[in-house]
Amino acid sequence: MITGKFFAAGADRRIAITIAVLLAVAIIVPLLNLVAPPGSALHMPPYVVALLGKYLCYAMLALALDLVWGYCGILSLGHAAFFALGGYAMGMYLMRQIGDRGVYANPILPDFMVFLNWKELPWFWYGFDQFWFAALMVMLVPGALAFGFGWLAFRSRVTGVYLSIITQALTYALLLAFFRNDMGFGGNNGLTDFKDILGFNVQADSTRSALFAATAIALALAVFVTWRIIGSKYGKLLMAVRDAESRTRFLGWRAENVKLFAFTVSAVMAGIAGALYVPQVGIINPGEFEPANSIEVVVWAAVGGRATIVGPIIGAVLVNTGKSYFTGALPDYWLFALGALFIAVTLFLPKGIVGMWDAWKTRRKDHKAAAAEDRAYALNAASAEAEAGGTWAERKTGPEPQPAE
Amino acid sequence: MSEKGHTILYLDGVSVSFDGFRAINNLSLVLDKGEMRAIIGPNGAGKTTMMDIVTGKTRPDTGEVFFNGKVDLTKHDEAEIAMMGIGRKFQKPTVFESHSVEDNIMLALSGPRSIFPALFHRSSPEEKRRIDEILATIRLEAKRDDLAANLSHGQKQWLEIGMLLAQDPKLLLVDEPVAGMTDAETEETARLLKEIAKTHSVIVVEHDMHFVRELDVKVTCLHEGSVLSEGTLDFVSADERVVEVYLGR
Repeated sequence: MITGKFFAAGADRRIAITIAVLLAVAIIVPLLNLVAPPGSALHMPPYVVALLGKYLCYAMLALALDLVWGYCGILSLGHAAFFALGGYAMGMYLMRQIGDRGVYANPILPDFMVFLNWKELPWFWYGFDQFWFAALMVMLVPGALAFGFGWLAFRSRVTGVYLSIITQALTYALLLAFFRNDMGFGGNNGLTDFKDILGFNVQADSTRSALFAATAIALALAVFVTWRIIGSKYGKLLMAVRDAESRTRFLGWRAENVKLFAFTVSAVMAGIAGALYVPQVGIINPGEFEPANSIEVVVWAAVGGRATIVGPIIGAVLVNTGKSYFTGALPDYWLFALGALFIAVTLFLPKGIVGMWDAWKTRRKDHKAAAAEDRAYALNAASAEAEAGGTWAERKTGPEPQPAE
Repeated sequence: MSEKGHTILYLDGVSVSFDGFRAINNLSLVLDKGEMRAIIGPNGAGKTTMMDIVTGKTRPDTGEVFFNGKVDLTKHDEAEIAMMGIGRKFQKPTVFESHSVEDNIMLALSGPRSIFPALFHRSSPEEKRRIDEILATIRLEAKRDDLAANLSHGQKQWLEIGMLLAQDPKLLLVDEPVAGMTDAETEETARLLKEIAKTHSVIVVEHDMHFVRELDVKVTCLHEGSVLSEGTLDFVSADERVVEVYLGR
């Protein structure tokens, strides 16, 4: 009982700290950028704000993957596709906001359409001049794709490496489709040259800071939602499906529906991350669908520690910081470094950074508990003598060795 | 239908083959309501395949499979069949290792099986009472908060039986419950199954003759996918064909 509560409390505290840190960062970073005068040691240059915002978007994507991979064992190698779709939905809104300020000054058609000699707006671009509509699509499009894909895949009981390969194929198919000019999403060049978001200049420092704050808050919210899902009976069921799928079926649960829900929620989360990403980096193109991107997300989650909620966030930020450094200092070696990192984590840190931390804490606690038990044993023996009728339940409240995680 | 009226499970002329191999060959088996039956048979006799057919994991090529005298099981899948009241224990103990013993039972408790009720679920006193009851039956009260992964092999088997009970099934299919158990654990399991059989119909597949004797119920011997002999254990073990199958020529 103590063990259960202690672990629960430990995990809850960690979630609370993460949310608090994210909310604090949402305030501090904009302050350092906007209030601290340029040239002062505290001033944060705008490019750093944008970079950090990008990392947090990646962290949210990694968290989304963790929900399905860590807690349900679905190794999706196509999660960047949902991220990119959310990004495209946001990009379409930003394109419509350019209005007649484009190179061709067409008030309705984005530049690339004028360039392609299109006469009118394709039907799927309708509505994207409204933010609320774009925001809805950011969630609806990745969610619907994940739902449709998952419905077919999970019902046919495609699992394990086969599912991973199909998700990889999914993102590759979308990559090829979005490369085509005829698709109507800007082809190779994608969507860029954004001007305004909600009437504010996307290039302005204040807008960048606001976008950063929005990202940090969205990530905090995603952490909270994931934690609540995992803590519910459904969350336990999700892990049960991961550990013994056929057992859940023979207990009467529909394992495919259990997976489908998590997969859809995860895709929506990834879509929101992508939507926050696009205005901060200023471009979305088919390259975001690259299969390698999705694999990188897996590396982030693995480095941080899967099925820990906090781990993927730490992993995404750390690996991307490393990437920013490497691609600047030693551009030729980044992919080698990434490969080496993945191998090293798989071999030496199978539970990632957070898992290693937990193992270390447990060992230390075991050590302490063993010492405490020796002392408590004498006490317990005395009290047991005092009230000979002491039940097992009562005795159980005494200190006992903690099971190793 | 009248002949099936009093049966909990009715298999008639069931056959299934995998890649040309006939795992079940014209199998007929009838289990009355409230009956406990032991099924024995050498390896590959089709015992586990028979359970797969009853629980909806495998569809028979031909034959009838009826539950409760009226439900055609060949038309339903695992989850539906489980909800109708057929619980199954696997040969290898299959529990949710990363959950506590209590949570294992909680996930098995009969009740709504859709996603949203599970998402907003709050445990009720009634649920707590039922979990306590089941933990008492399988004698794992003291282990309630331990992770299932830390249980001994025998305890995992009992936990799995407990999960079956939590499902509140009408029929339990128990596949080799005492494989790998110590003698004391085997005895305990026999006691547990006899207790369960008072209120449920049970099919036990087992190799351990000592255990089957302890159960003291009607025995069916399968061989090459069909029934070889049926009756009391003494009758079946006196049957020459059974001896031949088990001991070889």
